[in-house]
This record gives sequence, C-alpha cells and structure tokens, in this order.
Amino acid sequence: MGFRKLITSKKSLLLFAASTLLGTHQLMAQGTTAAATPDAAGSSGMWIGVLYYVLIFLVGCVCLAILGKILKVYDLTLKMQGKKPINWNTIMGIVCLIFIIAGMYGAYWSLTVQGSMSLPRSASAHGVDIDNMFNLTTILTLIVFVITQVLLFGFAFVYRGSEKRKAYFLPHNNTIEKVWTIIPAIVLTILVVFGFFTWQTVENSTNVKGDLNIDITGHQFAWELRYPGPDGKLGALNYTLTTGLNKLGIDFKDPNSLDDLQADTLVLPVNKSIRLNIHAQDVIHSVFMPHFRLQQNAVPGLPTFFKFIPTITTDQMRAETNNPKFEYLLYCNKICGGIHYNMQKVVRVVSQAEYQDWIAKQKPYLTDQLKQQLKVAAAKSASGQLSSNKLALNN
Amino acid sequence: MSTLAVHDHGLVHHEEGHEHHHKATFLNTYVFSQDHKMIAKQFLITGITMAFIGMLLSLLFRIQLAYPDKSFPLLETLLGRFAPGGRLSPDFYMSLVTIHGTIMVFFVLTAGLSGTFANLLIPLQIGARDMASPFVNMLSYWFFLIASIIMISAFFVEKGPASGGWTIYPPLSALPTAMPGSAEGMTLWLISMVCFIGSSLMGGINYVSTVLNMRTKGMDLWKMPLTVWALFLTAVLGVLAFPVLVAGVVLLIFDRSFGTSFYLSDIVLNGKVMPFEGGSPILFQHLFWFLGHPEVYIIIMPAMGISSEVMSVNSRKPIFGYHAMVYSLIGITVLSFIVWGHHMFVTGMNPFLGGVFMITTLIIAVPSAVKTFNWLATLWRGNIRFTPAMLFAIGMVSFFISGGLTGIFLGNAALDINLHDTYFVVAHFHLVMGSAAIFGMLAGVYHWFPKMFRRMMDERLGYLHFWVTFVGAYLVFFPMHFMGLEGVPRRYYAITEFHQWDHWLNVNTFITWSAIMAGVAQLAFIFNFIHSIFWGKKTVQNPWNANTLEWTAPIEHVHGNWIGEIPTVYRWPYDYSKPGHEEDFIPQDVPFSQTMSSNLPHDFEDNPEGLEEFNKWTSTQKANEEVK
Repeated sequence: MGFRKLITSKKSLLLFAASTLLGTHQLMAQGTTAAATPDAAGSSGMWIGVLYYVLIFLVGCVCLAILGKILKVYDLTLKMQGKKPINWNTIMGIVCLIFIIAGMYGAYWSLTVQGSMSLPRSASAHGVDIDNMFNLTTILTLIVFVITQVLLFGFAFVYRGSEKRKAYFLPHNNTIEKVWTIIPAIVLTILVVFGFFTWQTVENSTNVKGDLNIDITGHQFAWELRYPGPDGKLGALNYTLTTGLNKLGIDFKDPNSLDDLQADTLVLPVNKSIRLNIHAQDVIHSVFMPHFRLQQNAVPGLPTFFKFIPTITTDQMRAETNNPKFEYLLYCNKICGGIHYNMQKVVRVVSQAEYQDWIAKQKPYLTDQLKQQLKVAAAKSASGQLSSNKLALNN
Repeated sequence: MSTLAVHDHGLVHHEEGHEHHHKATFLNTYVFSQDHKMIAKQFLITGITMAFIGMLLSLLFRIQLAYPDKSFPLLETLLGRFAPGGRLSPDFYMSLVTIHGTIMVFFVLTAGLSGTFANLLIPLQIGARDMASPFVNMLSYWFFLIASIIMISAFFVEKGPASGGWTIYPPLSALPTAMPGSAEGMTLWLISMVCFIGSSLMGGINYVSTVLNMRTKGMDLWKMPLTVWALFLTAVLGVLAFPVLVAGVVLLIFDRSFGTSFYLSDIVLNGKVMPFEGGSPILFQHLFWFLGHPEVYIIIMPAMGISSEVMSVNSRKPIFGYHAMVYSLIGITVLSFIVWGHHMFVTGMNPFLGGVFMITTLIIAVPSAVKTFNWLATLWRGNIRFTPAMLFAIGMVSFFISGGLTGIFLGNAALDINLHDTYFVVAHFHLVMGSAAIFGMLAGVYHWFPKMFRRMMDERLGYLHFWVTFVGAYLVFFPMHFMGLEGVPRRYYAITEFHQWDHWLNVNTFITWSAIMAGVAQLAFIFNFIHSIFWGKKTVQNPWNANTLEWTAPIEHVHGNWIGEIPTVYRWPYDYSKPGHEEDFIPQDVPFSQTMSSNLPHDFEDNPEGLEEFNKWTSTQKANEEVK
C-alpha cells in the first residue's frame, strides 16, 4: 500500500512543481516586451514536452506498481490455497536461458550486419599483416566467448535452485585447474609471438628512410603538410622561428628548406614507401588513418614518424567499395580541444605519374611576402648584434 | 599467537568502552562517526550519488551523439551558456566526457566500491571490533567527500570543468589557454584529485593494517573469504600506485602555475611561441598510467571478490579452486604494475618497449582466465538461488568475459595501432571494468543490504533492475565495438562531419535510447534502496544462510560489532553443501568437533591433533557399522 501511496504523492508533487515552473515562466514572459513572446511560447511548449515525458514515466511507474501488486496478490492466494508460491528460481533460470539464446542471436546479427560495416581491406602493405593478426584473434576469442557465455547461462538454467537437491561439494580439482591455466597460457603465447613479430615488422625502426618523406604538423585545429622540393630533402625546423607567415617555424638558413612545398591534400604515390614525420605545435594530436592501419601520436617536442607503403589508389578503392565519393581520410585521434572532432584531412593515393603532375603545381613555403620579411630581419640583424638577439627572443 | 594477543586486546578495549560510555549524539553517530559500519554507509550513499551524477552526464552527451543537429531548448534552460541554442557546446561536451570518466573511475568505482565494502566487510569478516585506526578511517571519508564537492563545484566556474579527458594529458591540461576547461576547471580537478588520493591512501593503509593485524583467533590468511583477500590486495595496489599519481599531478601543477617545464617543450600556442623547453609530455603519461593501469584492477578486484563470495553463497557450493582464486588475485596484483605501457603503444614510446609491454599484458590474461573458469565451475552442479545479488554476480562474470576478450585485441601492440582511442576501446573498458565493476558493486549492495540497514530489499524490483540494466548495458556497448572497427574515434563531439560515418547515426540513436532505458532502470534501484532502508522487510540474522563471520554479528549494530567475545574461526568460509552435514552450510565459527559426520581428512591438513581425532572417530564409526 505504502508503495502506491508514495507513487501517487510523488506524482502530485511533480505535477505541482512542473505547473509552478510553467506558471513562473509565463509570468516572466508577460513581464518582458512583445519581442520575447514567441520565445515564451516556445519555452512553454518545451515545458509541456517535458511534462509529457514525466507523465509517461509516471504512468509507467503506476503500471509497474499495479503489476507488482497483482503478482503479490496472486502469490498470496496461491499460499492461501495451500499451493506452492511463485518459484522465482525457475522463472529466473528460464529468463537466463531466453537471454542466452536471444543474446547469441543478437551477437550474431551484430557481427554480421554491423561487422560488415567496418573498414575495407587494408590499403597499406603492413596493414595486411595486422588484418591477419586481427582475424586470428577474432576467431580465437569468439570461440571462447560463445563457449563461456553459453556455459555461464546454461549452468544458471540447468542448476537453478530446487528444494529437493543439494549442491555437489567440489572445492577444487588440481588437474582441471592446471589444464585451464596451461591452455590459455599456450593460446596467449601464440598470440604474443605472432603479435610481437607483426609489431616489429610494422614499426621496423632499423630502416627509417622512406622513398618520400613528408612532414605533417598538427595544431589546434588543422594539419599542415610539408613536401620536399626537387632536392628531395626537408629543411630544418626551429619552433622559435614560428610567425604568422612562417607558421611551421622553418629555418630558412638551411638551404634544404628553400624549396619545401606546402599542400592541402596528403597526396601519396602508390607502392612507394612513405615516411610521415609527425610534429605537433601546441598540444598532443594523433595522426590516424584507419584505412592504412596507421596511427601515431603527434607530440610537441618529440617528433615521431610512421613509415608505410600505400598499395591501393583512391580510384581502385572507389571501384572496390562501389562508392564514387570514397576518400581516404586522416583524423585527429587524441583529444586536443573543442574542435578535435573536425580535424580531418583528405588523403589521396595516386599513380606515380599523377603524383608528379600534382607536386609540380604545389607552392613553396618561402612566399614572396615571407622573403620580404626575412630580408627586413636580416637588415636589422646587420645593424646590431644586440637587437637581433632581442628579436629572436621576442619572436 | 599474535592474533590471539590482538584479539584479547580488542576485548579488553571493548569492556573499557562500556565503562566510559560516550554519549551518542546525532553528530557522532551519523556525521562524524568513527564506526566502520557507518563510514561504509556514508561511502555507499556518497558513491551512489556520484554514480547518478556521472550517469546523468553520460546521458547528456549521449543525447548530443544521437541528435547532433537537433536543438533541445530544455538543455539551454538547464545548462545555460554550456548549451547555447539548446545544443551542447563542443567544449562542454569535452567537459562532460572528462568529468563522467573521472567520477565513474575514481569516485564511484574506487571510493564508492572499495570504500563501502572494505569498510563494511573487512572488520566484520575477519572478526575485528573496528578498523585499526577509526579516526583515520573517518578522515578518509571526509577527504573523499571534500574531493567530490570540489569536483562537482567545477561546473559552477565560468569556463566550465576540466575538459582534457579523464587522463588529463599535458600540454592540453598544462596550458590554461589551450581550451576553456584547462583554466580554473583543471585547477579544481587537480585539487580534488589530491584530496581524493589522500582519502584513498588513508583508507588503504587502514585496510591493510586491519587485515594483517586484527584477525580473530583462528582466522589465518587461508581462512579469509575471497572478499577480504580481494579488498586487501586492492588496498595494497592503491597504497603503492596512488602516490605516483600525486607526483605526476604535483609536477603538472608546477607546470601550470610556476612556469616549470616538466611536461612541456617546443610549444607554439595560438601563434605565440612559449618559453618551455626540455620537458616531455610522455613523462606524464608514464606517471599517469603507472597508477592508471593498477587503477583498473583496483576497480575490478573488489568486484571479483564480491562476486566470488555471492556466487558461492547462492550456488550453495564452495567456490571452486579457492587457492587458485587467491593466487590469481596475487598474480594480477603483481602483474598490474608492469603493464601500464599498453596504453601508450602509439604515443611515440620506443617500439621495443611496446613489445615488452605487450608480452606482460597478455600474461595478465592468464590469471583472469583462471578466475573466469573457476566461477563457471562454481556454478556447475550448484543449487542456484537467484537472489538479485546472484544475478548481478552472474552479470559481472558475463561482462568480464565479453570485455576481457576484447582486451586481447587491445593488448596486442600491432592491433592497437588501429584500435587505439576508438569506440572499440570505449566498448572494451565499459564492459570489463565499467559494467563488470558496477555489477559487482550492485551485487554487494543487494547481498549486504540486510547487514547494513537491517532490512531486506525488494527482490522483484531487484530482478527488474537487473534485467533492464544488464540487457541495456549490452545494447549500449556491444555495437560500439563495430564503430571502433570502422575507426570512429572516441571523444568526438559529432561524427556527422564525415559523411562516411553517416550509417552509424542510427546506431548512435539506438545506443542513446538503450542508455536512457538503462538509466531509467536505475530509478527502480534507487526507489528500492531508499524505500527498503525505511520500510523494507526486517531481516533475520543470517538471511542468506552464509558461512562468513559478519552474519554471526547481531542484527542491531553495536559499537565493537559483537556483544561479548568475538567468535573464533575454525574452518574456511566455503563449507556449503558439505556431504554428511544436515544443513547446506556450516558457518566459520562452528568447530569441527560439532560436525563429525561431515569432516574430511582434507580439513585437517595443518592440524595433526585434529587429524588424529578424526581418524579415531572414523575408525570407531567403521567398527560400529561392522557390529551392526
């Protein structure tokens, strides 16, 4: 009884609270000018919407309370008639059985329908190894998943409680415990060994130079690219030189830097080994290119790199995925601020010829404006050692 | 010998206590109580409050994820500038995920779980009058409460709470101008966390010393219930790991406020060259995860202990492989200190180190697998009584399996390259340490509610609560794996900026509604909890027919737990359904001499006198039968 009383009292209380709120709002709306009227109408509409959901919830609660009462009354009449009361052990056992059947079907559905929505095949050479590793792990874990979950809920159903039975006293069994320590140990050793070798080949830290070295620099909230010019070499960087015009802080005293090119799109020639030199200017970012199974954090003060070979051009992937708009994308995958979610860059894998065409059209970092500025700075530094020191510091 | 001395001391102290009886006032009974049972309840209720706040935050950002382009005027009314035009601002979204994570990991599943059950169960299950230092124990709660209040207060500063993720990696968290949440909000976060760690250390030292020094007569380490083992090892982990986070946090405070460069180097923020040089952001990650990884075991181990105990009691069957369970807990404790690098495979850490951490990480899966198989074996041929606590314990095992298996993917450095920081990770840890640990906690609440509040919770509401939450959690987290496999990153305010992910929008809406459903189900719990505290059915002394010592204590709470002498312990806590005994349980304080018909030679392994007695008894029994 107290149960229902509480619910009804709660309901009236909430109704009262909601109507008071609504009332004050309307009063406030009356106080303001006519311009605010549509706003007030909108807000009272909003409160009606809220009230509607609260009412639905309360109706649900009342239904539940009534259902509970019916069950209780039913249980009591059974007891009065000298029959056995509701056996919750049996009911819960059956629900466990239903759950495991429905759950296994759900997991199967999810694996097939949502699993097929995952990434297309790897567009990089090392990614193929990672995918094989992934498939092996998936098969092994899925077997364990199905067996253990079925046993868990199966046992719960089969051994549901009964007054007539006593449980089987089984405190331990050393043989079986050894078996199920050693088997997972062996399986995990296999996974560790394969994983270790895959990891070594992917990271491959001995041979660090690529056919093409590209600098990618993250800052809030965009990526900057720097391609080497005709000399094939990237110039040195010095973060203290960063200005509005020289946004990467390129050290133009290094002759290699004079022909460095800027680009909007990360265009990569297919089947060439690419080394991305990864930098960050302000906070940690992360270069994430899932189609290439590639991820490496961009850490300020700690340049990192990732070397890989793209194997499928954008056009080929468009044909394969039946999606003419398909683009490889590069995301930021380390929380870096409010706009973190929109720090994307298009990656395009093209043939060597297309790449040559494209790179010829890119503009150098050393713009005329920047040249002008550097000239002024050089003139100033000639006028006095002291002032140039100051300038460099104040930059 | 030593346990005997302590026991006697406790008794003497108790009698003294009766002579100079302190006047029980409202303030020293309910507020500044030094009684471990009251402190446990304070931890529980604060923990549940924080859990509700954490859950509400998660529902807010789930709404944003499901309806990224829709305006909800109610949000603007409630949140003001944080939701201009009825849509969460991106910065506030980040704050929500940050504070949700912090609250759930530290305030609910560390303090709320360990704090409640270590306080309640350690003294009661090992047979002690109270904690080793009740005053420090009380301080531990008050530091926790202060930390909670500071953490929540960050919602009331102008720029909003911390928003760099619960891992607060610098430089984002170290540069107050890097994002709004890195200003005052981050300062409050750091202060709160220092208070929290203080609380955790005071609690942990108390739990360790209580378990080591204050066990009753006969309670040797191998007769302790698995709950006490788990809580003890958790406390050891916390005491060893948390100070490292203090070190990390203090250095971060120095970088933020005093211009040092521990974590900072070569930074150009908003076009301005900063003077920091020589530091490394990776250093913070090492310090953070040196705590951070043991932390996830700090979260899950008490849940494991509680589930072991609840499953054994309700299967009416001894826990299978008690020794293996303890050794695997010890194995997890030790190994958890050398796996932290698996959070850093792609941070630029040396790839060789990555390989080492991969090996240690996959080794830790072995003790976890042993525990899982032992739980299954405990259910096998049991006589399962489905109390809500039992259902939650089974649910815990189910989540632990589902989430644990995906850990094998993430622990593999090669696979982690593409899965790191995606929804796959979110799904993994929400199942294995989020849902599993909270289910362990709920199992504990349903199981020990009669001990705490002297009344029973309503079972049918408990069933409803369990099934809706259990199914809801799977509906929320299972699809997330597949989003992660397509490379959808976590902590994204919206995924609609990239049209290749449009097909996940439906799934996001589905997840949000499942989360709302599971959230509403928690109202059934909170109603049941509060209603049962005041109007629940009165309990009997041992409502679950359990063996452990807390059920021998009187229903009415007394200071010192037992009236008169503390019971002596004669046997391990899992003598359920022992053949030859009439009832299906034999409490720990029943001597073997009273259960001659059910004794086994195994019971007298380290007790030669008892074994002799037992052999004599069996031979006379045999002789009697031959006469017949």
